[in-house]
Amino acid sequence: MKVIEIKKSVFADNDMDAAKLRAELRQKGVFLLNLMSSPGSGKTTTLIGTINLLKDKINVAVMEADIDGDVDAVKIKEATGIQSIQLHTGGMCHLDAEMTRQGIDNLDLGGTDLVILENVGNLVCPAEFDTGASANAMILSVPEGHDKPLKYPLMFSVCDLVLVNKIDVLPYFDFDMSKCEEYVHMRNPKAQIIPVCAKTGEGLDRFAAWLLEKVKQQKSNE
Amino acid sequence: MHELGIVFYIIRDVKQTAQEHGVEHVSGVVMNIGEVSTIVPEYLTDCWKWACSKEEMLKGCELKINTIPAVTFCEDCKSEYGTVAHGRTCPRCGSQHTWLLRGNEVEIKEIEVQE
Repeated sequence: MKVIEIKKSVFADNDMDAAKLRAELRQKGVFLLNLMSSPGSGKTTTLIGTINLLKDKINVAVMEADIDGDVDAVKIKEATGIQSIQLHTGGMCHLDAEMTRQGIDNLDLGGTDLVILENVGNLVCPAEFDTGASANAMILSVPEGHDKPLKYPLMFSVCDLVLVNKIDVLPYFDFDMSKCEEYVHMRNPKAQIIPVCAKTGEGLDRFAAWLLEKVKQQKSNE
Repeated sequence: MHELGIVFYIIRDVKQTAQEHGVEHVSGVVMNIGEVSTIVPEYLTDCWKWACSKEEMLKGCELKINTIPAVTFCEDCKSEYGTVAHGRTCPRCGSQHTWLLRGNEVEIKEIEVQE
């Protein structure tokens, strides 16, 4: 029997594709945010509220990734009027850099400042596959509990921003905000945390301001 | 659930290597999988069996897994300890100022070919 040594990380090709896509977007002055979370944490509702705060200031486009259906892309389009496309992962639980590039190629990037990729609802796999995004953000909703950073460490360690959503229901849950912050920073001391409520709009102005700042930085790096 | 996606990546790399070496059939693939890589070895081998049966070059190819023990290093007392047993907190000095030395590998080590 002959043995051929490979000794290569399974993620190496994807990491390379991702780095290439990130550099291309930077050159084009387009900021790509990869937004992740569990299913039902309020990604789409948060996006609608935030995009409505941003759309008069910058050009935003959204790519919705799901295993099937186009409910989210339609919802975003109807609620905000911006460019929104649906990506299907064909049963896969995450998007990789190649799939993200296919999505980007299907967008009209002329004049676009910010593209938001709504990843498949899942706290495990999307964290492992670099999409080529300029930054990663995740939403943790109050009903999920403040201990999630301890259970899904990788997700929290790859995120630049953590939105804590559904803060309107805080009185009904044993969710400890200071513990949540402590656990997030244990995994990732640099992560910024913004408490929001997508339903009432509370805190979304801070998320919008964060995005505006990132878009500005990306443009100044051109 | 992510094991299937990872299997597709492995298959792509293995096929590419085999083609580069002019190999027509691969009989075994050896993986290095870290203890805290979040890969469940049983799921990986199950997905592998299903996916490689669809590839002519990989029919009957066995996936072998080397488990790499996870080891964490403590920045404060400079000791090394088992990650699975103690997590982030150093069992010697109680510090949280620790980082993973190894144990998150998802790596294709080598492929085996019948001559």
